[in-house]
Amino acid sequence: MEIYRAHVLVCGGTGCTSGGSPRIKALLEEELAKNGLEKEVNLVVTGCHGLCEMGPLVIVYPEGTMYVHVQPDDVADIVEEHLLKGRIVERLLYKEPITAERVPQYRELPFYHKQKRTVLRNCGYINPEIIEEYIGRDGYSALGKALIEMTSDEVIQEVLDSGLRGRGGAGFPTGLKWGFCRKATGEPKYIVCNGDEGDPGAFMDRSILEGDPHRVLEGMAIGAYAIGASEAVIYVRAEYPLAVRRLHLAVKEAEEMGLLGDNILGTDFSLHIRIKEGAGAFVCGEETALMASIMGQRGMPWPRPPFPANSGLWGKPTNINNVETWANIPDILLRGADWFASMGTEKCKGTKVFALTGNVQNTGLLEVPMGITMREIIYDIGGGVPGGRKFKAVQIGGPSGGCLPESQLDLPVDYESLTGAGAIMGSGGLVVMDDSNCIVDVARFFLNFTRAESCGKCTPCREGIMRMLEILDRISAGEGKMEDLDLLERTARIIQDTALCGLGQTAPNPILSTLRYFRDEYEAHIKEKRCPAGVCTALLTYYIKPDLCRGCTACTKVCPVGAITGERKEVHVIDPEKCIKCGACAERCPFDAIILA
Amino acid sequence: MTGKLKNLDDLRRLRDETKRVMEDRMASETKIIVGMGTCGIAAGAREVMTAILEELDKRQLSVNVLQTGCIGMCQNEPLVDIVRPEQGRITYGRVTPQDVPRIVGQHVVNGQIVEDLVIGRTD
Repeated sequence: MEIYRAHVLVCGGTGCTSGGSPRIKALLEEELAKNGLEKEVNLVVTGCHGLCEMGPLVIVYPEGTMYVHVQPDDVADIVEEHLLKGRIVERLLYKEPITAERVPQYRELPFYHKQKRTVLRNCGYINPEIIEEYIGRDGYSALGKALIEMTSDEVIQEVLDSGLRGRGGAGFPTGLKWGFCRKATGEPKYIVCNGDEGDPGAFMDRSILEGDPHRVLEGMAIGAYAIGASEAVIYVRAEYPLAVRRLHLAVKEAEEMGLLGDNILGTDFSLHIRIKEGAGAFVCGEETALMASIMGQRGMPWPRPPFPANSGLWGKPTNINNVETWANIPDILLRGADWFASMGTEKCKGTKVFALTGNVQNTGLLEVPMGITMREIIYDIGGGVPGGRKFKAVQIGGPSGGCLPESQLDLPVDYESLTGAGAIMGSGGLVVMDDSNCIVDVARFFLNFTRAESCGKCTPCREGIMRMLEILDRISAGEGKMEDLDLLERTARIIQDTALCGLGQTAPNPILSTLRYFRDEYEAHIKEKRCPAGVCTALLTYYIKPDLCRGCTACTKVCPVGAITGERKEVHVIDPEKCIKCGACAERCPFDAIILA
Repeated sequence: MTGKLKNLDDLRRLRDETKRVMEDRMASETKIIVGMGTCGIAAGAREVMTAILEELDKRQLSVNVLQTGCIGMCQNEPLVDIVRPEQGRITYGRVTPQDVPRIVGQHVVNGQIVEDLVIGRTD
């Protein structure tokens, strides 16, 4: 028997043979002979190894190296590299296929690690268009429990004990609100679901309505039972066509099953839910304007009192809660007030859903226990600011909220802390901004939004916001004065105190919070006529860096106003008086020598 | 549709039945679930869904194709989950119609997870 220093095994199983292993074997023989290795290396054809998917297979001993998917072109490499030089051909190596055990669990992913998904438990998990899937996840069991085992007062007490507060933003205790409406006199009573989610960058309610519509319906049915209402309306934006479609479908399915409509689950409790599409006015998220819109009137708020609990839709007692509030109800009844109260902080129980957008790695929808810090949300869940840029601010609560800087990121997220810092919880929109955003411009953006959405009914909001916006326009155009900042602040305070509804009262928040935390940036615009982030075009000038300019004259040729001068092969200069800031030169410069500063 | 539920017992019975069916489905059948919230659709979930149906048709496979809402990772939409016996629910992210033949061929048919597209799993 001959002694070989190496054995090369070529698979001759059916799979590898049809994959071309006989040709591989022939080529190996040729290559071995060419290199004079036929006496040192033994070539063996084997039976099937079972890994047919990876064939043709070639295994080299004594190392036991397995090469997979070996093609005729690879043979020379195996012989020359491995058998002659002793170097393994990495690219042909068998890679361990990934197994289910090696795929990280959702809860191990950083994005989900700190989340606590209760309201969103079914979102992305069940088919929202099949009611049985919701029922299979204990859906409508809470309604059954309430109707058959609990009195209305017990339901209200349970919600009160849970500590649930309105998720629309103001944070009023839900159980108290229900109690007011229950005690109010007048028939019929109405309940309303506020799905008029209008904040730029917010999509919590939409995701719930799209992903788990029955949860909201069940919450409303429980609320109606507790309050003594038999009519309900869901007010949802027409801009959410998928949510609208799934809601219609969900109501129809639930009615067909006897979970909505007359005599629910054989009891004498009945509830009819209808869906009203809103036309997308931001102010209609305010409860009185929303009710006006439902009644077919122009969407404008009315002064409170009387509160909706006593005089709402058609002058009857009405209870309005936001989508997320309703979605919290089924689990509170099913798992108990204690379970709910075990999450969150002393004053703020449960979880909150946030929509995370802007300059952050993982934009998306998340649910966290109350009391988590903003830093954990942005960095641990959101993955931080991408592109190596620096965090600058986070806008929480949309146009009614405030801008918080780095120094406030360790605040616990709850209603009181955020209000204290000059922001609000709002409905849960979080817009992260990096250092390429100009704070004055951001304040202007939000103010322009509330200006456009102001219904015009009360003077402070209609006139005040317009005047503040004019001041901001002046500042970003480089025409601001230091007195403007005091004027801004005073106007903002007056609007806060005197506007009719929440839209006006909270509209100054972006101004006040940015003045509080980013005053230096306002001052840079006013005193130095400089926009540190390089956003306000009126304050920027194009400038040629002398060390980078090669005098190629490319810029002079594209400048439409002849503002650039300079001899060939010498440093060029832009005349700021003539320059119209079109940016054509910076685009054209092959050396990136022209910058905006 | 199951018909009208007349009382709490009806509901409980249906819940238990559905629960069993849902668990059964997890264990014994393969299914493909596409995230069809607004975020998914905006990122191209509809095209992915079409590609999946075409691919299944081409291969003459009978696999349940289901839709679901937003699971929160909007950044990684379109998300496609494959549920196979013993493997649980594996999620793929940023799936394009071009990825579909690989996911179906490799994972749905052969049970090999497509490593470069995988994001995570849930039970």
